[in-house]
Amino acid sequence: MTEVSQISEFGKILIFLITGIIMVCVIFFFNRLLAPSNPNYEKLTSYECGEEPTGNAWLPFNSRFYVIALIFLLFDVEMVFVFPWATVFGNHELIAADGRWGWFSLAEMFIFLGILILGLVYVWAKGDLEWIKAKPTVPTTDVNIPLSFYEQLNLEQGKFVVKPFSLTNEPVISNKPALPAETVAKDAPAAVASAKVGFKPTFKKPTNE
Amino acid sequence: MSSDITSEDGGVVITKMNDLLNWARLSSLWPLSFGIACCAIEMMGSMASTYDLDRFGVFPRPSARQADVIIIAGTVTFKMAERIKRLYEQMPEPKYVISMGSCSNCGGPYWQHGYHVVKGVDRVIPVDVYVQGCPPRPEALIGAILELQKKIEGEHLIKA
Repeated sequence: MTEVSQISEFGKILIFLITGIIMVCVIFFFNRLLAPSNPNYEKLTSYECGEEPTGNAWLPFNSRFYVIALIFLLFDVEMVFVFPWATVFGNHELIAADGRWGWFSLAEMFIFLGILILGLVYVWAKGDLEWIKAKPTVPTTDVNIPLSFYEQLNLEQGKFVVKPFSLTNEPVISNKPALPAETVAKDAPAAVASAKVGFKPTFKKPTNE
Repeated sequence: MSSDITSEDGGVVITKMNDLLNWARLSSLWPLSFGIACCAIEMMGSMASTYDLDRFGVFPRPSARQADVIIIAGTVTFKMAERIKRLYEQMPEPKYVISMGSCSNCGGPYWQHGYHVVKGVDRVIPVDVYVQGCPPRPEALIGAILELQKKIEGEHLIKA
């Protein structure tokens, strides 16, 4: 590469652009030439994941998203600046030339970030990060039932009794008077057996055969 | 088309336009990423790394406009049949349908008493390849893709 290139760096980009445009045009031309075209009403409707498209696509969009998008853009652009800075910051040659370079670039970036963070603080203080919520008013009606009645009702229904822990296997619900432990042990297998006998599966014969 | 294109000494490949088109189409069968029931889990499994459907050029697309194949993977209810019909219509031609699993083949376990199940998706849209199984193994779906590739290989897109 002793000769000086006739094409500048921007010229190369131009060649890329022209090639790209030509390729896309050629592909679209062949597509038009080869692809079968059978349009119908269903095919030409909007694709809505199989649902029938209803209404207009130009919906009114909540303007509260605008502020969020704006703040996002701020920090998105900040990141774009931080990445190239990081490569220059880590340059060994520059640091070797003058030791103060690292501190200088670090301080500079912190000043830049500080200005942006000041912007965030400003937005925060102004309350733009708060999502405005609707304030529903609870309707009040004129009734004669006092509020204490509900409190009493809740108290009555809220009485839950926890079964005390015991090592013997007692039945959880027993409306019979408490039996001695031996009789409970004798009754238990019989109860299981009767439960098994009680279930009788019935099969229905298919009628249309 | 034969395997001459992979020969090491290069050279020239002569083929018919029709074969070239068919080869291009069967090497990039893009299904619509669309799953209905448990067969879709097997479909996802066959697209994942173990079975890797991508090696056949099968790559799921999010839009019906970019899809060549729709894999009906699951129970087709009457409610869904309407959507399936619309999705099928919205795909560009040439388009293919793989009916995956007993449910979409013939109603499956709901063939008799399922009041809500379409007894075979072929009553709604034309099906090219049926895959048996409940649900079919990923190998079966790969087999269906290969069968569909064979079918495409014999087609004539350009009318002589």
